[in-house]
Amino acid sequence: MIQLENVTKTYPKASRPSLDDVSVGIEKGEFVFFIGPSGSGKSTIIKLLLHEVAPSRGKVVVNAKDVTTMRSWKIPHFRRSIGCVFQDFRLLPNRTAYENVAFALEVIGKTKAVARRVVPEVLELVGLGGKEHRYPHELSGGEQQRVAVARAFVNRPLILLADEPTGNLDPDTSIEIMRLLDRINRTGTTVVMVTHDSNIVNQMRRRVIEIESGRIVRDQARGVYG
Amino acid sequence: MRFKYVLNEVLVGLWRNVTMTIAMIITMSVSLTMLGASVLMYMQVDQMKNYYYGEIEVSIFLREDVTAAQRASIEQVLSTNPLVAEKTYESREQAYEKFQVLWRDSPDFVKSVTPDSLPESWRVKLKNPEQYAEFNAQIEGTPGIQDIVDQRELLDKVFKIFNAIQVMALVVAGFMALAALLLVGNTIQVAAYSKRREVAVMKLVGASNWFIQAPFVLEAVVAGLIGAILGFVFIFVGKVVLLDGRLQALTNVLTPIPDGNVWLMLPLLAGVGAGVSAITAWITLRFYLKV
Repeated sequence: MIQLENVTKTYPKASRPSLDDVSVGIEKGEFVFFIGPSGSGKSTIIKLLLHEVAPSRGKVVVNAKDVTTMRSWKIPHFRRSIGCVFQDFRLLPNRTAYENVAFALEVIGKTKAVARRVVPEVLELVGLGGKEHRYPHELSGGEQQRVAVARAFVNRPLILLADEPTGNLDPDTSIEIMRLLDRINRTGTTVVMVTHDSNIVNQMRRRVIEIESGRIVRDQARGVYG
Repeated sequence: MRFKYVLNEVLVGLWRNVTMTIAMIITMSVSLTMLGASVLMYMQVDQMKNYYYGEIEVSIFLREDVTAAQRASIEQVLSTNPLVAEKTYESREQAYEKFQVLWRDSPDFVKSVTPDSLPESWRVKLKNPEQYAEFNAQIEGTPGIQDIVDQRELLDKVFKIFNAIQVMALVVAGFMALAALLLVGNTIQVAAYSKRREVAVMKLVGASNWFIQAPFVLEAVVAGLIGAILGFVFIFVGKVVLLDGRLQALTNVLTPIPDGNVWLMLPLLAGVGAGVSAITAWITLRFYLKV
C-alpha cells in the first residue's frame, strides 16, 4: 500500500537530511504510528506521501503508484485517494461543519445531491449528529477535529494520514479521536499517524516506527512509545 | 452547479477588492483605447495610401531655355520608358489657367504672375508609384529637365505625421498596459491570499488545478472585458464627437473612417483585454498557488 525505498530528503539550506536512507513498507489496512522527537523527520513522511515535497533520493510508492515520477497534473487526482488530518484542523471558519465537509466533495466535482446524501452520514459516523450547522468557533477542539476527520474520510480514501491529530487536544478528547481513527481503520482504511503522544501510543498497541535524526531506529508490531 | 460556483466566486472576488478592480479596469480601458486608436489609424493610413497613390503623379518641369530638340527627346524618353503608365503635357498657358483657378481667392497674387513665369511640364503616372526612385534615376540626366517632383514625397510627409501619432499612441498603450498588467497581478495575489485557506483545503482534498485557478483567472478576464468595452465606448464616442463633429473639415481630406472598422475594434479590444488578463493571472497563479 505504501512503500518507501531508500528515501532521503534534504531540504535546501539544511545541514543534514530530514530523512536519511529510510525504507519502510506498510500493508493495506494497517495502523502505523510514526514517533520521534520534534525535528526527527516524521512529518516529512506525511509530506512525501502527499507529494507536497519530492524526495532527494529514493522512491515513494503509494497505492501502487510511484509518486516520485508522477506528473504534476496527476497529483490532484492522486490525492483524492488519501485523506488527511492535521494538528490545527484546517477548517474554513466561515462555513458550518456540514459546509466544510461538503466543500471537500464539491471542489472535486461531486454534486450537491451527493453531498446531501453523504455528508450527514459521515458526520453521524464521527459523532457530530445534530451539530451539522455549527460553525467551527461554536465547536470544541475535539469536535472541530471530528469535522476534519469527517472531511478526510467522506471520500472513502484508501489511506488516512494524520499529522499530530491530538496535538491540540486534552488527553480525554485525544482518546475519543483515537477511537474514531480506530473505527475508521476497521473499515479497511490504512491509517498512518505521526505523533509524540506517548499515552496514546501505549494504549493503542499498534505498529510503532520510531525515527531519530532521520533514521528508523525501531519498527515494532504492537509497540509502545519508549 | 460548478458554473454557478465559479461565477459566484468571480463576483465576490471582484467586489472584495473593489478599488483595485476599478483601477484595473480604468488602466485597462485607457490602454485598450490607445491600442484601438492606433490600429484604426493604421488601417486609415493604409486606406488613404491606396486612395491617394492611385491619383499620384510625377511632375517633370522643363528648363526655361529648353530647345525644341530637347523637348522632342524628352517626349521620346517618356514614351519609351516602361515604367510610365500615362503622360500628359502641360504648356505654360495651361499651367497658367490651372494656376488662376487654384489661386482665384488671391487675385493680387495671380496678377503678379504671367504665363512666362510658369514652367512647361509633363505629368506622368507611373504603373507602380512605388518605383519612383528608379524612374527618377532613369530620366534625371535627360537634357532640358529642370526638376522632377514626386507628389508621393508630399504625401509621405503627411503619412509620417500620422505614423508619429500612431507610435505615440502605441507607446502610451504599452505603458498603460504594463500598469494594467501589474494591477492584474497584484489583484490576483490579493485574491489568492484572501482565499488561502480555501485553496489549501482544495489542494489537500485533490481539487484539480483548473478548478482552483479558474475563479481567479476569470476574475481577471471579466475585468479585462469590462475595460475593453469601456475602451470601445471611448473610441466610438471619440469618433462621433471629434471626427464626425468638430474636425469634420479634416475628415474630408482624410477619407472617412468606415463604421465597420470602428466596430471591428470591439472584438479586437475584447480579445486582447481578456487574453492578456487571463495570461497574466495564470502566470501570477503559477507563482502563488504552487501544487
